[in-house]
Amino acid sequence: MSTTQVPYQRKDLPASVTAFGAGATAAGAAIVALTFMFDHSRGLYNNIIGLSVLASVAVGALFYVALEYLAGAVWSTPFRRVMEFLSATVFALVVVALPLMANLHEVFHWTHMEAVAKDPILAGKSPYLNIQFFTIRNIAFAVLWIFFYAMLTRFSRKQDTTRDQKYTRINIRFSTAFMPVFALTTTFFAIDWIMSLEPHWFSTIFGVYYFSGTFLCALAVATFIIVSLNERGYLVAGLGKDHYYSLGTLLFVFTNFWAYIAFSQFMLIWYANVPEETYWFIARWKNGWEYVSLALIFMKFLVPYFVLLSQPSKMDGRKLKFIGIWIFLAHTVDMYWLIMPNFSRSLVLGWQELGFPLLIAGLITLTFVFKARKENLVPIGDPKLQRGIDFKI
Amino acid sequence: MNKNLLYSVTALFDTPDGIIHAAEAVRNAGYKRYDVHTPYPVHGMDDAMELKDSKLGFITLGAGLLGGAGVFAFISWVFLAAYPNVIGGKPYFSWPAFVPVTFEITVLSAVLLTIGSLIVFFFKFPNNSHPLHDTPYMKNVSSDKFGISIQANDPKFDEAAVTALLSSLHPLTVAPVFYDEEELRHTWTTFDPKFLALLVGVALFVSGSTYLHLNKLLYLPPFDWMSNQNKFKPQTPTAQYDDTRMMRSAPDGTVARGFIPYPFKGMPDSAGKYLVNPLQPTSEALALGKTKFLTYCSPCHGNFARGDSRLRGQFPNPPTLHSDKVRNWPDGNIFHVITEGQNIMPSYASQVSREERWAIVHYVRALQRAFNAKESDTQ
Ligand code: HEC
Repeated sequence: MSTTQVPYQRKDLPASVTAFGAGATAAGAAIVALTFMFDHSRGLYNNIIGLSVLASVAVGALFYVALEYLAGAVWSTPFRRVMEFLSATVFALVVVALPLMANLHEVFHWTHMEAVAKDPILAGKSPYLNIQFFTIRNIAFAVLWIFFYAMLTRFSRKQDTTRDQKYTRINIRFSTAFMPVFALTTTFFAIDWIMSLEPHWFSTIFGVYYFSGTFLCALAVATFIIVSLNERGYLVAGLGKDHYYSLGTLLFVFTNFWAYIAFSQFMLIWYANVPEETYWFIARWKNGWEYVSLALIFMKFLVPYFVLLSQPSKMDGRKLKFIGIWIFLAHTVDMYWLIMPNFSRSLVLGWQELGFPLLIAGLITLTFVFKARKENLVPIGDPKLQRGIDFKI
Repeated sequence: MNKNLLYSVTALFDTPDGIIHAAEAVRNAGYKRYDVHTPYPVHGMDDAMELKDSKLGFITLGAGLLGGAGVFAFISWVFLAAYPNVIGGKPYFSWPAFVPVTFEITVLSAVLLTIGSLIVFFFKFPNNSHPLHDTPYMKNVSSDKFGISIQANDPKFDEAAVTALLSSLHPLTVAPVFYDEEELRHTWTTFDPKFLALLVGVALFVSGSTYLHLNKLLYLPPFDWMSNQNKFKPQTPTAQYDDTRMMRSAPDGTVARGFIPYPFKGMPDSAGKYLVNPLQPTSEALALGKTKFLTYCSPCHGNFARGDSRLRGQFPNPPTLHSDKVRNWPDGNIFHVITEGQNIMPSYASQVSREERWAIVHYVRALQRAFNAKESDTQ
């Protein structure tokens, strides 16, 4: 039983946040609808971008919740709820996936049976890449994610009123089970939705590549929200630069991790110089895509790297908020870079590409507002909370 | 040694809270030259002592950038100027391949130079003595106590006032620390004969053991399994035979396995008379004869043995094989010409086996028949 009572008074989020969420969702949905009307395939490819970004936020946040339980981390306990709320977007994920599930044939070459029959490589992959198994797999991903989301947040919520430590122990068990599930589901999710767009191509590091961006993106969104909420006093008192520093350091670490994985993938393929593998990068190095490739290096690595390099800037709330939004956008550009060259061999960028990012931002905000309306923004019953508030680097 | 100079007044505390409180009090009293010693990092001490951010990070940054740039330049020099080799079909300046090494060296040089400058600038290497060394105070703060030490060279220092201040903070003990000037003399001991002797000893030991390892213990003879084979070689003497010769001649009246001697050397007539083609003119034999003929004979005698050679006057024109002479020859004569050669035509015995020679004969016969077809052949 927790003995200390942390003073916390739940406050409703301002109406402007709801307004932003609703506005972004509406504007995003409108652009998406127009895109689907004028260029159906382009809409679908954008839909995959939206899906993979939203999955990064939802599942990445859940990973982060589980990680805290497993590592016994205390510094992140005061704002674990933010991660829990973000992982509630798993439901929105199902909605975003629906238009795609209905139109698999239009985006995935491997669904064309006549082409597969003539193609020994695709025929060899067909036991894995076929519509039935694909559907079953992705339903299983959704079920697993929703299950773990429901369990982890349920016991965390219960602790708010009961203050019972046993829920922490239960959640440690669920987190242990979730970790391998997370590793496998995100890997296969990335292979299914992104890598199989180019079904002849393969990269054994692809799952890790997606995962590295996933954690980065979820953490960036969470950092933006945590700092914003804390500045306006929505969280408990006592959170300060030590907590910011930890968030900043993790962002910095995962920026480097992403760059390391991205470069490893590139260098091994470049070095081995096998035509089956290199064409994927060559496609991203001509017809205008080279600018996106270059921009990605700056956006997702160099800018966050130098912004977050010094110790004071990791403690600076303003910089953290900026870099949070920045990395979210960079991850979106990353997904765009992975997915769109399969739609068009030459660079495409227009208003059509704005729809899904807006929609995703809106859905995340709305989900967050919805959760914050009923639940505490701080896990007030968690036995680690006081130690988390007192955390010093 | 007599310790008679006052270095500082120290106080010991039992808890981290006590030491933070003490540090704040000493700071507020306006002392500048004081230090805190704790068995582990105490959170909040930087704030309590109002320490500024360490500048060490800039050294790390500079060292990392310098090391990274340096090694990148070095690799570029190696691949562009010193050893410009094409590796894996890549351009000389294949920068992606340089990145892993650059990354490693960046980290390495940042770490090494950080530690190095820490030792030189902060620990004042090579000076390794400090008045607090070997004092009861140091023994305590390196096990379970928290200590503060206000130095006598502080502008505000006054022993009685400092002792009073520290005593008012509820310490465990308050004690002055004395030192001996002799002991602290910052002599540059690098050229001390003992140190030099040690250096020489280390150098000899390291180079000696390296030499021993690389040349004696780990020495591998050159790879010579191809030239030193476990067999007898011709032209070498041996004790095994009375005539000491390694090379033996075959016993009288024997032939080597698979070797059939040719009995009609220089006797074309006998060859024509006694030799009979042992092969049946099957399609396989003809096919074999055709390939061998095209390979070995056609350059001189022409593709169809009509004497239209491809030598274009570089060699006395070889005759046609469709002459009456050759057509009327028995098979043995053609075989003999291939085996022995004839005038300026060389022998083909070593290139074309017996069987292949007979196959060629069949093929030549087929060509002759084809170019001089009889009425009956067309029916
Ligand atoms: C280097 C060119 C050369 C090649 C190759 C060559 N011959 Fe000859 N061959 C000659 C010449 C030259 C003569 C004429 C020799 C002479 O003056 O009697 C000749 C003569 C002959 C004759 C006798 C013809 C005659 O009218 O006396 C026969 C049969 C013959 N060659 C068969 C062959 C066959 C079968 C081959 C393939 C194994 C062959 N030759 C390859 C140059 C060649």
